[in-house]
Amino acid sequence: MTTSAQSVAVPARARTATATATVRRKQGFQHGGWFIAPFLVLFALFVVWPLLRGVWLSFTDANISGEGASFVGLDNYREALNDQAMWDALGHSAYFTLLVVPCITLLAFLLAMLAHHIERGKWLWRLCFFAPFLLPSTVAANMWQWLFTQGIGLFNETFGLDTPWLTDKSYAMLAIVITTLWWTVGFSFLLYLAALQGIPDHLYEAAKLDGANAWHRMVHITLPMLRNITGLVIALQILASLQLFDQAVVMMDFGPGPELSTRSFVQYTLEQGFTSYRVGYASAMSIIFFVIIAAVALGRMALLRTREEGTR
Amino acid sequence: MSATQVRLKTRKPWTPSQIVLTLIGAAVSIVFVAPIAAALFTSLKSEAEAAEIPPHWVPKVWTTQAWKALWETGNVSNWFVNSLVVSVCVTTIVLVVSALAGYGFARTEFRGKSLLMGVVMSGLMISPAVLGVPLFTTVQQMGMVDTYWGMILPQCAPAAMVYILYKFFQGIPRELEEAAFIDGAGRWRVFFTIVVPLARPSLAAVGIFTFIASWNNFLWPYMVTNNPDLMTMPNGIATVMNSYGIQWAQLMAGGLMAGLPLIVVFVFFQRQIVAGVAHTGLAGQ
Repeated sequence: MTTSAQSVAVPARARTATATATVRRKQGFQHGGWFIAPFLVLFALFVVWPLLRGVWLSFTDANISGEGASFVGLDNYREALNDQAMWDALGHSAYFTLLVVPCITLLAFLLAMLAHHIERGKWLWRLCFFAPFLLPSTVAANMWQWLFTQGIGLFNETFGLDTPWLTDKSYAMLAIVITTLWWTVGFSFLLYLAALQGIPDHLYEAAKLDGANAWHRMVHITLPMLRNITGLVIALQILASLQLFDQAVVMMDFGPGPELSTRSFVQYTLEQGFTSYRVGYASAMSIIFFVIIAAVALGRMALLRTREEGTR
Repeated sequence: MSATQVRLKTRKPWTPSQIVLTLIGAAVSIVFVAPIAAALFTSLKSEAEAAEIPPHWVPKVWTTQAWKALWETGNVSNWFVNSLVVSVCVTTIVLVVSALAGYGFARTEFRGKSLLMGVVMSGLMISPAVLGVPLFTTVQQMGMVDTYWGMILPQCAPAAMVYILYKFFQGIPRELEEAAFIDGAGRWRVFFTIVVPLARPSLAAVGIFTFIASWNNFLWPYMVTNNPDLMTMPNGIATVMNSYGIQWAQLMAGGLMAGLPLIVVFVFFQRQIVAGVAHTGLAGQ
């Protein structure tokens, strides 16, 4: 379109190198759909198709072999909503999220402040706080499973306790939370550290000149400057924590924990799919879970948007 | 030489607040390192000593018996190679595919682009944890259960990485590419000779993050294979080594073998990795 319009508008003799250049430049940015194609193929096969398939399967009574599935309408969803075990599992995931998110956010912030303000050996603090994040979830879980085991575990020994961390309903989730804090706080810590380093020094210098003390500088400069990153850390942690699975199953020897108290939503879904072979029912739960996750993500986007509009 | 000495001398002095902060930092660091140290010590105990009540930190008798046993059973070296194969393939594919897609979204015009972008971004909400069972049946239908490809390919469509590179490419001044177009360079040449070199830090960030995530991935390999010969490190350790009567010394040795490579790499490439993780995380803002 643009190209033809230009060649009409510009007299033939004035069609200099510049005009050709414009044409070339414009053409340069056209027709690039091929760049996206390889990604789209993978995305379609392993994200879009499974989602659509999940929706379809959730309306059937399919088993793991995938044969002889018949349409059952909304039965799976009806059953799921009346399934106490599903609500319990969802409750465990939510409870875990509720415990982990505030703790991890606060801890990551404090660790970042510490690492940012110590002048010596920065690399060493970074290494120590971040190293656990580099371990596979199962390894971190095994380490803590051993530390928490009553009798042979060093945790009770070190603190002079005799708590049945892994075998008592009231402690099991707490043990998983402690493990998760240790294992994953390094990631949020790095985000906070990067954000702290991104705050321009001149803000602090100006505040000092105006006579603000350390506390004032923290409340009026550091914390407001960290607001965005805090939102991000909380959102990422909520999404990750709701998907609790690895640590919990490994620490509980692939079982549901004492009195089913640590069975997470993901674990229950996979049990239905791979142990009870109820693929249709498991798919329905997957779709329910997807809706929950999407609601959280969209909620955050809406929140960001209103906040942006508020500051404008 | 003298320059470094001068710099050392002009370092800031130990003020009281610095001393306090450093002490706190050291104490917290000990808490963070203790579990890893405990694992290391345990791996150097005999199995009997590892299960002793009451437990103790440092081995009374140092022995590498657990490490030897681990090697002799043979599985672990297999798992290590599998982990390496899977992570390297995933990282390579993700880098190529998401760099191309990120550039495509940033710099080309076609009908329905923004709609497509929206669809891709909604992929951020989908993971094997969320859609495990349907994803498994899809891969099953493709006949890829218990294969390398079955483990690798589903990890190769990360919307997040496309988004990060898309944001980066958008930030490159268009003039650079335009100048090259005027000189008669084609699309692909511009991409490989101008855009990719500029994007090296971002590509490194994406590559590092993908490698860590894939090396440590447990859930997907766990779903897609039961075959001990195909398992990756985290998966083999968690399922096979945990299955018949846990041998703690061996388990800790195996765990360290899975975890230490990344930690050692981290010590050497700390700056790049920190930048990489922070960069990938911050891009979500």
